[in-house]
Amino acid sequence: MCAADSVINMRQHRLALCEVHFAEWVEKISLSFIKKHRMFEPDDRILVAVSGGKDSLSLWRILLKLGFQADGLYMDLGVEAGCSYSKRSCEYVEKFAQNIFPEVKLHVLDVADIYGKTVPEMAGRRKGGRKKFCSVCGLVKRHEMNRIARELGYTVIATGHNLDDEAAVLFGNVLHWEAEYLVRQSPVLPADGVGLVKRAKPLARFYERETAAYAIINNIEYMQEECPYSVGATSLRLKEVLNSMENSSPGTKLQFYFSFLRAKENSLFPGCKRPELRACEKCGQATGALGLCAFCRLLEPASAHHKELEDEI
Amino acid sequence: MVKVIFRNAEWQIPGNITVQKLITDLGLNPQSVLAVRDGKLVNNETRLGDQGEVKLISVVSGG
Repeated sequence: MCAADSVINMRQHRLALCEVHFAEWVEKISLSFIKKHRMFEPDDRILVAVSGGKDSLSLWRILLKLGFQADGLYMDLGVEAGCSYSKRSCEYVEKFAQNIFPEVKLHVLDVADIYGKTVPEMAGRRKGGRKKFCSVCGLVKRHEMNRIARELGYTVIATGHNLDDEAAVLFGNVLHWEAEYLVRQSPVLPADGVGLVKRAKPLARFYERETAAYAIINNIEYMQEECPYSVGATSLRLKEVLNSMENSSPGTKLQFYFSFLRAKENSLFPGCKRPELRACEKCGQATGALGLCAFCRLLEPASAHHKELEDEI
Repeated sequence: MVKVIFRNAEWQIPGNITVQKLITDLGLNPQSVLAVRDGKLVNNETRLGDQGEVKLISVVSGG
């Protein structure tokens, strides 16, 4: 029995822990989740996608603390919106890297420097512009993470998705019965021969309340403001509904997500498979589409592949 | 009275209530915020106390 005051009460686990034991618990559970889903081994070179937020910085800290080889990748998406959002997020990442783990490597990539356009500019070119911003942003991030990992020889990409993120995605896909997306949703996505680097979500076991608590306890300074483009995003509304259910029935989110993973293992969708991947004709990265991948079509002159892209992302 | 901060708003609140009561009185969901008192994380059963400041931090992110 610990004599210290508990700082967090996790009703879904019927567990209240002090600062020290909570941090130890998060690290221990992370390691067992990484092993259970065979995410990576100590000799893997891991590229952690860091945004400056609580989840990715906590993830980076946990992986380094557990002794994994984990370098960071920050992507400057060019989100300005009157508050220098991307620049300030980058400052949190750089500060974390310099002050907490000065020996690790941090790669910083500026999307506008490479492609001549910021992500808001890319999204603005599309029908629905701002409304579709999050989809375009996700597409650009996935493409660039994979490209950098391939070019620099990383064997795994780790992202800071937490259980709330995963439950919200699952909820959205169930509402529309998106069987193909449901089949793909997993804490670990294997590498593919055509150049898709293995992707892992080691924090998918934790509520975001817990990843935030881990960041606070470990004095990780992170970007607390939301991306200005996320206002009104569907994922936030889905999280609100799930949190409302969680509040009256603790464990709802945990059960929803893990029951889904178990059902998937037991062939919930037997006739549904991941689309066959091939190399994009332009960039060479893996895509389910014929010809150009969604990212290259996004960069094509307006209207060239407009309709297909609308349908795909 | 204790100073309570959430996003850009500040209030002076009597300290004889718990964090949980504060959160629900403000119309927030206890699942979506954490409370930090004088820089230290505190659980929802903690009484606010009559000095210092309590900051509520939203934990919901995404887009």
